[in-house]
Amino acid sequence: MSDTEVDPPDAGGATAGAESADGDDAEATAEGPGALAESSPEFEDVPLKVEGLRKEFGGIVAVDDTSFEVEAGTMTGLIGPNGAGKSTTFNCITGVHRPTAGNVQFNGEEITGLSPHQVANRGLVRTFQIARELEEMTVMENMMLAPKGQQGETLWRSLLPWSRQAVVEQEKEVLERCWDILEFFDIDHLAHEYAGNLSGGQRKLLELARALLTEPDMLLLDEPFAGVNPSLEERLLDHIHELREEGYTFLIVEHDMDLIMENCSRVIVMHQGNVLMEGTPSEVRSNEEVIEAYLGGNQ
Amino acid sequence: MSVVERISGEIEERFDSDLEMVLGLLAAIYAVYFGTALIIGFSPRGQINAIANLTFYIGVFGLLALALNLHWGYTGLFNIGIVGFMAVGIYVMAVAAKSPEGTASGAGGFGLPIWLAIVVGTLAAALLGVTVALPALRLRADYLAIVTIAMSEIVRFTFLSGTFQEFTLLGYDTGFGGGSGLLWGFDPLMSFIEFAYLTGPYNALVDLTGTVIRNNPEPVVQNLLYGVVLLLFVVAYYVVLRRLGNSPFGRVLKAIREDEEATQSLGKDTNRFKIKAFMLGCALMGLGGILWYMQAGTITPNTFRPRLTFYIWIALIIGGAGSNTGSVLGGAVFAAALFQGPLYLKNVIETVFEVDAPNSFGQAMGPLVSSIDPVPLIYYVVGNIRSLQRVIMGLALIWLMHNRPQGLLGHRKEEAASIPLRAGRRTTGTEAAATDGGRDVGGEGDE
Amino acid sequence: MGVSESYARGRELFTSNPTGFALRAGLILGLVLLGVDLVRQVATGSLDAARLGIVIKSGILRGLVIGLAGIGLSMTYSILNFANFSHGDYITWGAFSGWAVTYLIAGGFGSEANIGSLLLVGANGSVFGGTLGIGVWTTPVAVFAGLLVAGGATIALALAVDKYVYKPIRDRSGITLLITSIGVAFALRYLMLFVFGGSKRGVTTSQPDWALTLSDGTVNFGAHDVALAAVSVVLMVGVHLLLQRTKLGKAMRAMADNQDLARVTGIPTEQVVRYTWIIGGGLTGVAGFMFVLWKGTLGYFDGWLLLLLIFAAVILGGIGSIYGAIVGGLIIGLTADLAVIWIPSAFGRAAAFAVMIVFLLVRPQGIFGGIETA
Repeated sequence: MSDTEVDPPDAGGATAGAESADGDDAEATAEGPGALAESSPEFEDVPLKVEGLRKEFGGIVAVDDTSFEVEAGTMTGLIGPNGAGKSTTFNCITGVHRPTAGNVQFNGEEITGLSPHQVANRGLVRTFQIARELEEMTVMENMMLAPKGQQGETLWRSLLPWSRQAVVEQEKEVLERCWDILEFFDIDHLAHEYAGNLSGGQRKLLELARALLTEPDMLLLDEPFAGVNPSLEERLLDHIHELREEGYTFLIVEHDMDLIMENCSRVIVMHQGNVLMEGTPSEVRSNEEVIEAYLGGNQ
Repeated sequence: MSVVERISGEIEERFDSDLEMVLGLLAAIYAVYFGTALIIGFSPRGQINAIANLTFYIGVFGLLALALNLHWGYTGLFNIGIVGFMAVGIYVMAVAAKSPEGTASGAGGFGLPIWLAIVVGTLAAALLGVTVALPALRLRADYLAIVTIAMSEIVRFTFLSGTFQEFTLLGYDTGFGGGSGLLWGFDPLMSFIEFAYLTGPYNALVDLTGTVIRNNPEPVVQNLLYGVVLLLFVVAYYVVLRRLGNSPFGRVLKAIREDEEATQSLGKDTNRFKIKAFMLGCALMGLGGILWYMQAGTITPNTFRPRLTFYIWIALIIGGAGSNTGSVLGGAVFAAALFQGPLYLKNVIETVFEVDAPNSFGQAMGPLVSSIDPVPLIYYVVGNIRSLQRVIMGLALIWLMHNRPQGLLGHRKEEAASIPLRAGRRTTGTEAAATDGGRDVGGEGDE
Repeated sequence: MGVSESYARGRELFTSNPTGFALRAGLILGLVLLGVDLVRQVATGSLDAARLGIVIKSGILRGLVIGLAGIGLSMTYSILNFANFSHGDYITWGAFSGWAVTYLIAGGFGSEANIGSLLLVGANGSVFGGTLGIGVWTTPVAVFAGLLVAGGATIALALAVDKYVYKPIRDRSGITLLITSIGVAFALRYLMLFVFGGSKRGVTTSQPDWALTLSDGTVNFGAHDVALAAVSVVLMVGVHLLLQRTKLGKAMRAMADNQDLARVTGIPTEQVVRYTWIIGGGLTGVAGFMFVLWKGTLGYFDGWLLLLLIFAAVILGGIGSIYGAIVGGLIIGLTADLAVIWIPSAFGRAAAFAVMIVFLLVRPQGIFGGIETA
């Protein structure tokens, strides 16, 4: 794949920041927790930082004092037995839930409690465990939905004759980019299929492809390999590694331990709402507490 | 394949473009009405009036179904408070355009030029839309439905109340007229004709019609002209909504309707989109209300009951939610077959037969039971066809939801983009064959 | 419903959501202020205690009707998962079918008036309830028979409509069913209009009453007021016993209570559905009959006018909660009637709607929703 096709994440991050500053997210400075006046230099190495995260649902504590960091350009795994709080942590990071306590920082900016679309606009994009394709729309439509800063997304610009041409031009550009990414994932032949007709594996590819179009800095993948056949799994992994080498950062929640151990450079283990440990795969594999948690306790 | 599917499949094959479909349907409807009138021997006045009325209702139901389609078909917002927005539109417009001197029975207005009053009325409806949207759009569909219908009833109570019957605003003595309703003296159609220097052609048309209709042809001509005006507005609504639907904005709306969370996860501020779509739809509904009633010279609050909202819903469902062309078709079918049709039938029958309708159902059934004489019952049916037509509407709705919830054209999934997406790749290998291959869907073609 | 449980839940709900808390606090504060103002008005004499008494009485009675009819709506909303917009017309149906029988009996099966006119409940002024001397005190048999038929006929209607209209599309979305119920509403209402005619009839004659003397006037409790209250209370107690003491009741509570369980086990069993319609339909029909008995007039629009108020009550009380429907009904009835003390009478119903809208925005699960429904 040539290097002009997918914007390298640094440029993407910068434009994403600029767009979110003057686009819809004027509320970011007004409403959200105040962004740090100056981003500390370290955020370039550690785009995502979670500190003391806690989430209660009624009487139940799903996440209790969870803290971890994700390093840039890595594929980091988040594992743990059922009920460990992985999905809840994901949801707190991406704004689906508002944490009861703690904070989340992304690219040096505090994003705790922002709404999902605000988080996504800052370059932190997630995929879903059960792929949420827009089934009544074609693959291409799904893709064209994703990019940020589309002029035509206002009420007037696509209607009024003097601004319409700019919208049409941009649509053509977006279309090109969509084709590029579809080709990267080898699903371009499905472009005019309705997303509802895709197989499970193809949907996962579409989900990832679509997420990429938002020009994220970091991707949170929620069980991307669940229910995926081995050959497709390999393809997916190849793509993810390729993207990682381009500079994207991945945090992946998965149940398949082997997959995580073989592919991730760092692993975070959660258990009963806490982070049990963080480390390299071999460190995690030989850690006694982890073994306890998996074998002894719940799973 | 069921009968319905076969018929609609044939219809689609025969008509390559949506325009042909609509024109074809209208032609068929007019042929039926006109033909019947000729056979029965209606007077020319009766014939032309019937056609004019029909056109009027095709127009207004088309307009409002299109607006509702933006809310429900595109964005998935379940709005059953349509009459509330219509009422606000026309009441504000009428009060704004009324002369300050007031009529015999009521207070005056602001005396604004008619075009400006129309804008003000439309904006008022949009404003009500925002007021409802801000708190309510995050509710799930059935709760939103209840809120909107409650809102439309509150609007009706407001216009009905004595409190707002007369009041003073910005130094003007005005009011909504309460239960007795609102009267006004302006005539938008004639004002427009004069403004556009079309008085000459208009008078010629009246004279021409006068040859066929000896006595007082002017109202008939005005009726007809207004029907044409409405159809032009339908075209305008259609163009605007189709353009909007086939654009990035429309794309986001479709996505919201299907899966709002997924759309948010891609960075779209879904609440903003919903509010904008809702506001625009409400503005169009307000304008629809204005166009419906502004020529009538008077309105009362009880015109704006939920029943009217449901008519528009039936029209949309017949045509197919999600399709703009479908909305127009649905409006036409509803107006012709369910709304005007039975009344027209009544007229036809009463012209041919001496209908002496019994006073009550009991008196109609009596002869049937005692001496197997069905005639009184038939007369009763004809006389009370208004009630029966609404029973039929209800049954039609039930039938549709059972057998064809997507209506005529709702199954069509048109791609939402400002450019055709179905052409092949521009730059790589297979471009020669692919670029213009396939039908041009999306963007310019259909919808 | 454990009181201490509710309290703990309530407190926790407050602390977790500050804006919601502020809104609710505002609501409660507003109610307290209104109550204080009420006392003030009575004390200073700007409001007669008697008038207040009358308004409270009619509010409670209206609330009983709404609550009774609301039980059925609440049950279908939660068990069958759709908002039934034809519920109002079931009320009207109950009223017409029951009153036809009452007229028939009071009219001596055709001896005092034309039998056709009796069956059509005096359409077009052909016969008057007053002339026949109808009332719970004066013609108790006729009234009682009508009440029974009202319940029975509505049960029959509900079951028939369910079988032919809702059952075939049971698995579709709530919105589809809602739209279908609008079709049912149209068909039913205008069929009744077609058959019974559009005139609004007076159906009763004056009945004895008891006067309650207050400081500045009297509040009259007519026989029909008492009848309505008595029937409502008896039925509500009956429903309570049914829910608490019988196996069916337990099943229905479980069904309404635990939606997830219901969803896991799939579409509710046809038996539960049938009983939902039977109980709901019966109560609704009786509510319609008693409503007309109480207000003394009958028209084809009566049920539809109540529909939104019933929705308000059900939402207030919490969808799926029987007790919620009763409490919600009383609150809505009182709101609609009491509101005219402060705001123009045209807006009485608007006030009730406003309360409903506020609840939908702030606490859509209602008062009892999410705690323990029954």
